[in-house]
Amino acid sequence: MTSALIADALTKRYGRRTALSDCTLDVPAGHVVGLVGPNGAGKSTLLQLACGLLDPTAGRIEVLGERPVSGSPRVGFVAQDTPVYPNLTVAEHLRMGAHLNTGWDAGLAERRIAQVGLDPAQKAGKLSGGQRAQLALTVAAAKRPELLLLDEPVAALDPLARRNFLQSLMELTAEQGMSIVMSSHLVADLERVCDYLIVLVASRVRVAGDVDELLAGHHRLVGARRDRADLGAGRAVVEQRHTDVQSTLVVRSTAPIDDPYWQVNRMDLEDIVLAYMSEGQR
Amino acid sequence: MIEFHLDSRSGVAPYMQLIQQVRHALRLGLLHEGDKLPTVKEVVGQVAINPNTVSKAYRELEYEGLVAARPGLGTFVTRSLGSDSLGKHEPLRRGLEGWLSEAREAGLDDESIEALFLSTFRAFSEARA
Repeated sequence: MTSALIADALTKRYGRRTALSDCTLDVPAGHVVGLVGPNGAGKSTLLQLACGLLDPTAGRIEVLGERPVSGSPRVGFVAQDTPVYPNLTVAEHLRMGAHLNTGWDAGLAERRIAQVGLDPAQKAGKLSGGQRAQLALTVAAAKRPELLLLDEPVAALDPLARRNFLQSLMELTAEQGMSIVMSSHLVADLERVCDYLIVLVASRVRVAGDVDELLAGHHRLVGARRDRADLGAGRAVVEQRHTDVQSTLVVRSTAPIDDPYWQVNRMDLEDIVLAYMSEGQR
Repeated sequence: MIEFHLDSRSGVAPYMQLIQQVRHALRLGLLHEGDKLPTVKEVVGQVAINPNTVSKAYRELEYEGLVAARPGLGTFVTRSLGSDSLGKHEPLRRGLEGWLSEAREAGLDDESIEALFLSTFRAFSEARA
């Protein structure tokens, strides 16, 4: 399978501050990839490096098999807070998009604007947060990119606008088959829309993989206290907590755990992400 | 045409929820042979889920022989799930009720019974998977 994004020991420093250090990743194409991690983990930096807005300080990044170039027609980018030009109308945004992008799909842009109920004559500064996000998504998607990068696109939206945005994004994915990498703190949303997840903590990739495999491969084990739990080969302890009488482990294992010593519970994606995030903080 | 919904708290994988909803609709007679399922694009536009999730569910249903994809046309129901399985429910329910009263006599409370049933059911399904 081809890769949408490859990072190899990728590092970005601003003066003395390190935003991303030694990040190594291989994101397969054809997926909707969720990028999660605490604030300051390097998510935005990674996305900006991927669309060529930033240059790496060290290491290598490759997007769709090439070094990222800002303004590439193959890569779309929706920055945090979905920026638009407040003094331009919706129609002017589309005209500008058509002017700046050779592969502009005017039909798609107009269809989407009508579908989400945007008034072409409206100034973008007068749009609601949800409408602004829809406009930014339309402009990015009408470029017909092979890869669309979105930096926390739904963070500022109310639940209904968020759902509408994700519906639109998934329709576009189904229609055009583009790869998507989106960062978000809303793991419950990511669980629906993403089929691949990357957990980035302190600029390191804690876990990356197919969402169904992550869900099937993580278990919460609860039992009487055991200081050194021997779980056997192929089982890794992600997180452990102990009280004086009880041990609670989060375990990654491809095979089911049938040890009667433990009560084995399923985990949802949010539990898994939290386990990696809290362990990564230590 | 049926409409899908997703319960994010059920702990059941989204693709499996879609499969269960199709099977359920077939059992209830909401879907019949020849009926069309919503397209992948329609489903994702409605429930905001990953298109691959829908494709995976449809592939699985196809593998089970319940639906068939006709290129360019959509996915159609090829078989109904007869209500014959409903007829088997009654004796099974009586068996389960017998088991439940045994468990109660053995001193298990509701929570212990539920936990025992769920852990056994899970182990059983995983062993068969």
